[in-house]
Amino acid sequence: MLIAGKCHIFGNDIDTDAIIPARYLNTTDPAELARHCMEDADPTFAGRVKQGEIIVAGKNFGCGSSREHAPVAIKAAGVAAVIAASFARIFYRNAINIGLPIFESPGAAASIAAGDEVQIDAEKGEIVNLTKGETYPVAPFPPFMQELIAAGGLMPYVAGKVRAHV
Amino acid sequence: MGMTITEKILATHAGLEKVEPGQLINARVDLALGNDITAPLAIEEFRKLGVKKVFDPERVVLVPDHFTPAKDIKSAEQAKVLREFAREQGLTNYFEVGRMGIEHCLLPEQGLVGPGDLVIGADSHTCTYGALGAFATGVGSTDLAATMATGECWFKVPETILFRYHGRLQPWVSGKDLILYTISLIGVDGARYMAMEFTGEAIADLSMAGRFTMANMAIEAGGKNGIFPVDEKTLAYIQGRLQRDYRVYQSDADASYVRVIDIDAGKIAPQVALPHLPENARSVYEIDEIKIDQVVIGSCTNGRLEDLQVAARILKGQRVHPEVRLIVIPGTQQIYREALAAGLIDIFIAAGAAVSTPTCGPCLGGHMGILAKGERALSTTNRNFVGRMGHPESEVYLAGPAVAAASAVKGRIAAPEEAI
Ligand code: SF4
Repeated sequence: MLIAGKCHIFGNDIDTDAIIPARYLNTTDPAELARHCMEDADPTFAGRVKQGEIIVAGKNFGCGSSREHAPVAIKAAGVAAVIAASFARIFYRNAINIGLPIFESPGAAASIAAGDEVQIDAEKGEIVNLTKGETYPVAPFPPFMQELIAAGGLMPYVAGKVRAHV
Repeated sequence: MGMTITEKILATHAGLEKVEPGQLINARVDLALGNDITAPLAIEEFRKLGVKKVFDPERVVLVPDHFTPAKDIKSAEQAKVLREFAREQGLTNYFEVGRMGIEHCLLPEQGLVGPGDLVIGADSHTCTYGALGAFATGVGSTDLAATMATGECWFKVPETILFRYHGRLQPWVSGKDLILYTISLIGVDGARYMAMEFTGEAIADLSMAGRFTMANMAIEAGGKNGIFPVDEKTLAYIQGRLQRDYRVYQSDADASYVRVIDIDAGKIAPQVALPHLPENARSVYEIDEIKIDQVVIGSCTNGRLEDLQVAARILKGQRVHPEVRLIVIPGTQQIYREALAAGLIDIFIAAGAAVSTPTCGPCLGGHMGILAKGERALSTTNRNFVGRMGHPESEVYLAGPAVAAASAVKGRIAAPEEAI
């Protein structure tokens, strides 16, 4: 999987209330959620972000509530991937489950600047900063997660298993 | 090498003799929970699977508690999705407005969780049930959908941090203060992906309400679950509530921990967490004059009878400060009735507080007390993130019910002793 795009930078401990405030949680419509993506961290983000761009953040990205609306909003806003120094547990799980590519790389998170063009090579386990000419390692997914991702997320994976049972 | 309580519960539910941290397992789930925000998404996904029936209509619990009683048309539509799904599936544990409560107060109270259970909930504070010696953790809507269909869920076995709280608690110090102090010690990601096991004589002394409060906020340190050893207090709590078998697990003496943290609980003062992270907690005595506009007493963290009793002890015969709005929200209908019978509700109303039917309401900035730009609240809830209770330029300070009640009287953040 190769993902390339321009980066938007966020800080540490970006919580799910900042990603999609609760005042917009009275809907599950991805397009509507996308309109408010990252609103309480950067109210201009949803208006600026373009299809295929990348979010880069510090540690503990997605901490707080279990709302899946958070990765859904990011994905529906057109964001191709999130790179962070680390992810909160439920966000990590939700992102994998809905098929939003996420990459844990403290090196990348520390060095990438706003507007940098980067290319993520999931198989090789590296992120190349095309603007700065730097390369950062990224941890590969454990085999079970690769299976989930290859199936297209948790539901197709479970659907396969449910069908196998009947 | 022995195992921790968390590892033992996960191993049993995965049908394995032994598990180790880092291992990915597929485990049987005793109870799966959703609410009016997370379940509609889960139900959508469930339908896509083409499965007709949930794995067990007694083990899927739906509680409309966040935006209920419905705050607007969209919320009403979401709640309706739950209601109709519950009827169609014949769920025995669907709790309607007027018979409900905030999910994490409600499930233990109704005897739906017991020691040794494995519970998942599409709500991050599902970790609350660890107070009963259960493994309970928050997941997303898609995980809930998959579990509703199969009765199973995948887990990575977490490493465990052992916390040992020594000594006796100071007056007015509660579970809330212990957990805020602990989060300030390790940070909001200090237990990321990990189990937090709470032990020591200060924990043995702590009430069940205090333990629920602590387990509830494990997620605020990034924890996967918080867990307590089962003792006679736990057994007394489940007596008359839990109608089925349960199993008590204890950590082995040679269980392995990634970290052991000793805390002198006798030295901990009532805590207040400053905006905008729960880790910004400090002693209330170190806080300068901070005026407040609103106080909220309630939530899955501190909406239990004991919390209301503590608040009432301070508010009895006093008036809420003229420039403060005090909102009190009992956690469940049963707590509401008990508080009424004990005369607590009258104390609150006489003091000038607004008392609400159980709801998450202001805790997540939903309704029932949203903050305007520049306003400041002191709240017994669990998160003080930017915009959590309203306008992105409002502020939330977190504390226990004693500091909350005292602050409501004083009009500024105050120590309990100042208001009695
Ligand atoms: S009271 Fe607050 S933290 Fe608890 S379940 Fe409701 S919204 Fe979540």
